[in-house]
Amino acid sequence: MAKITLNINKKEYPLEADPQMPLLWAIRDLAGLKGTKYGCGVAQCGACVVHLDGEAVRSCVTKVSRAVGKQVVTIEGLSETNSHPVQKAWQEIDVPQCGYCHSGQIMSAVVLLREKPNPTDQDIDDAMAGNICRCGTYLRIRAAIHLAADEQKKAAPQG
Amino acid sequence: MMQDPKNGKINFVSMKTATVLSVLLFVIAIGASAFRKDETPVKELTLSMINKDSVESVKAFETVYKVLMSSRCMNCHPAGDIPLQGDDSHLHAMAPKRGVEGKGVYAMKCSNCHQETNTPGLHTPPGNPEWHLPPAAMKMVFQGKSAHELAKQLVDKKQNGNKDIKKLIEHADDGLVLAGWNPGEGRTLPPVSHAEFKKAWLTWINKGAYAPKK
Repeated sequence: MAKITLNINKKEYPLEADPQMPLLWAIRDLAGLKGTKYGCGVAQCGACVVHLDGEAVRSCVTKVSRAVGKQVVTIEGLSETNSHPVQKAWQEIDVPQCGYCHSGQIMSAVVLLREKPNPTDQDIDDAMAGNICRCGTYLRIRAAIHLAADEQKKAAPQG
Repeated sequence: MMQDPKNGKINFVSMKTATVLSVLLFVIAIGASAFRKDETPVKELTLSMINKDSVESVKAFETVYKVLMSSRCMNCHPAGDIPLQGDDSHLHAMAPKRGVEGKGVYAMKCSNCHQETNTPGLHTPPGNPEWHLPPAAMKMVFQGKSAHELAKQLVDKKQNGNKDIKKLIEHADDGLVLAGWNPGEGRTLPPVSHAEFKKAWLTWINKGAYAPKK
């Protein structure tokens, strides 16, 4: 065990953890943020995706030690009022069925839209292929990402 | 030639001696140069004339080829833009794409799953700090290449990542090359040890980097 401080959603969390512990357990069990889900534990499903310095890492295989000194953002930190364009689009399209995979889906979609503000269907498939949805909501996910892209465009300052 | 200080005459005996000695030295020098053996030939000559051996080079490449075409090496040198996976070199689950730099795209970057070290457990993501595919501009494909094609490609700077002979030699100890021999649980090792591979790699290169006929 070691004393480790993690910056999660712009807040410092002093934790006592084994540096080899998966970041997911530190987020859920030590920091108490339950929005990030455990799916497979071997980086195969995407339910546990969080942002680490802006990249969509799988927290189930990312060690706590990798997150030290970096910015971790979970679904709770995306916006305070569920008002991020991707969250709004998810609500508008009513994407989730059971909902278990969707914090991971949304965190991956946010990275896609940051790097490709106007994604094609192919871009969406390329970005989201690692996020599995057992309810099969893929078509609604795709529609919501297109909608979020439109919303982002409207919200962006006109140049 | 010397002048005798007593009678002022020139001493011809000394002059004769000096002449004989000069001639003798000249003859010895000529003789010695005829038997001279140069111990430090031009470097290029050493490589191109003395060390080259097409038979030994091609034989060493048999081992090199076996290793490079094994799943541990070939899986990250695919013909397409999706890496391969497993001992049977099937397409990587989730179909992650190469991307411009070979490090994946958007939410599907290699290092999102592949950590700096192997993840514990059977068939979990193997790890390395430099985990990536060759970049889109130089794909360095192994999959589907014959031994002849691969040998040619490996020494072509336009296809090998701009590596000269020195860099090719160093590449045997590259971190990602070495990772092939530390693949994580549930994956077979390349067909020979890294030491055997390196020996074959160096022999192939130092003996002239010849390509097999086929």
